[in-house]
Amino acid sequence: MNIDAWLAAAIADAQARNLPDLKPLLEALARATQALRSADFSQSVARDEPR
Amino acid sequence: MNIETFGRRLRAGDTTVERATDECLRLIEAENPRLNAFILVMADEARRQARELDRELAAGRDRGPLHGVLVSVKDILDVRGVPTTAASRVRDGHAAERDCPAIAHLRQAGAVFVGKTNLHEFAFGTTNEDSAFGPARNPHDPARTPGGSSGGSAAALAAGIGLATIGTDTGGSIRIPAAACGLVGLKPTLGEVSTDGVVPLSGTMDHIGPLATTVADASLVYHALLGDPAAPTPAPLPMHGLRLAVPRPYFLDLLDEEVRAAFDAALGRLRAAGAHVDEIEIRHAPQIAPVYLHIVLSDAAAYHAPMLDAMGDRYTPAVRMRFEMGRYVLAQDYVRALAGRQVLTREVDAALAQHDALILPTLPIPAPVLGEQSVQIGDRTEPVRNAMLRLTQLFNLTGHPALSIPCGTTRAGLPCAVQLVGCRHQTDALLRVALACEQHVTM
Repeated sequence: MNIDAWLAAAIADAQARNLPDLKPLLEALARATQALRSADFSQSVARDEPR
Repeated sequence: MNIETFGRRLRAGDTTVERATDECLRLIEAENPRLNAFILVMADEARRQARELDRELAAGRDRGPLHGVLVSVKDILDVRGVPTTAASRVRDGHAAERDCPAIAHLRQAGAVFVGKTNLHEFAFGTTNEDSAFGPARNPHDPARTPGGSSGGSAAALAAGIGLATIGTDTGGSIRIPAAACGLVGLKPTLGEVSTDGVVPLSGTMDHIGPLATTVADASLVYHALLGDPAAPTPAPLPMHGLRLAVPRPYFLDLLDEEVRAAFDAALGRLRAAGAHVDEIEIRHAPQIAPVYLHIVLSDAAAYHAPMLDAMGDRYTPAVRMRFEMGRYVLAQDYVRALAGRQVLTREVDAALAQHDALILPTLPIPAPVLGEQSVQIGDRTEPVRNAMLRLTQLFNLTGHPALSIPCGTTRAGLPCAVQLVGCRHQTDALLRVALACEQHVTM
């Protein structure tokens, strides 16, 4: 799921659950998720794993 | 007074455990209205313990260095017979049937428990503001946070209440309040001290450890937490040739100028005393915060989901929203974060391969004013929570032992601190480094 679609769904769900204060937190989480997905951890881990 | 001095006075007959307990309880009565450090004062139980320990000593039974030592406990660890509130109304009606293993070890070692201390609700915050019992306050300036989440513990000890206190640390919650209040705080290696009987925040990153006024005292309490109270305090490493490494990029990029000056001055004194200080880089440091966030949110949400559904309105609003946020983390991102955690662990291991310890500040800012949501650091405005976690949370991810030591104050008298980080499963080796550095770092 791409982050924009995830964020839209998450905000809609929070609204439906009557938790409007979650919106700015979910937007901050989306930015953190973007940073996480941009990192190259899989390459670094694969390189160091014993084979 | 430190633990060694108290023990000497006790065994010389200059004081008794009962007298020390009475003095401590009077101090709590005087200071707690100002500091709000305690959720529960265990006066009767502490006096009963004290009388028994005095009788034992008179009969020739000496339990060792912690015999009669007054200790407070963060109210997230189970102490038999009293509630574990975690500073939350969600826990109303709870009473612990038994001591958690860490507390049982301390009780066996002769510690006297004077009370349960305030914290950020469920240990999920760095300021202690969101507590069902109101915020704890910093003895150096009661308008400021004592740090968190073990804020009540640090406030109590910094006010002279007890000789040590027990905290937990999932992102810095021992080291941050230790730094904010001018104390020593030790987070041991992940998994060393059992966290059974502790209300979890993150089952994969929670640690138990001591706050104390000296490294030697922290060492004594740490060994007692492990169930080995008679373990000798490790010998300091020789300063000459001590190999320290400063992880400069990222970790020193965003520092309050007075904190930077205090850190640089401490490094200068260590160099002058014979330490060799290198600079190193943790390559994935910019990814620490997102990796940490996805793991701690997921772990916390897994534990809290049933309570959020059943009694969400009993949480403080800010903590409830953060737990709710964790319910939206996708599994694929949690797995990415676990991969990042592995990479970061290897990078810290590699940085330590040629050094006795890493050295960096503990907190990039002095203790913030209660109620502040953001802080100005140079030309950047940062959320308080992000700033306070910035230098500590890595070592919860990687499990390396880390210890905070005071290193002077700002012009306004607010404590600054350095953090030493050692190799995993070598907490005693880190204590040897800290014992060597303490006199040069502490002003």
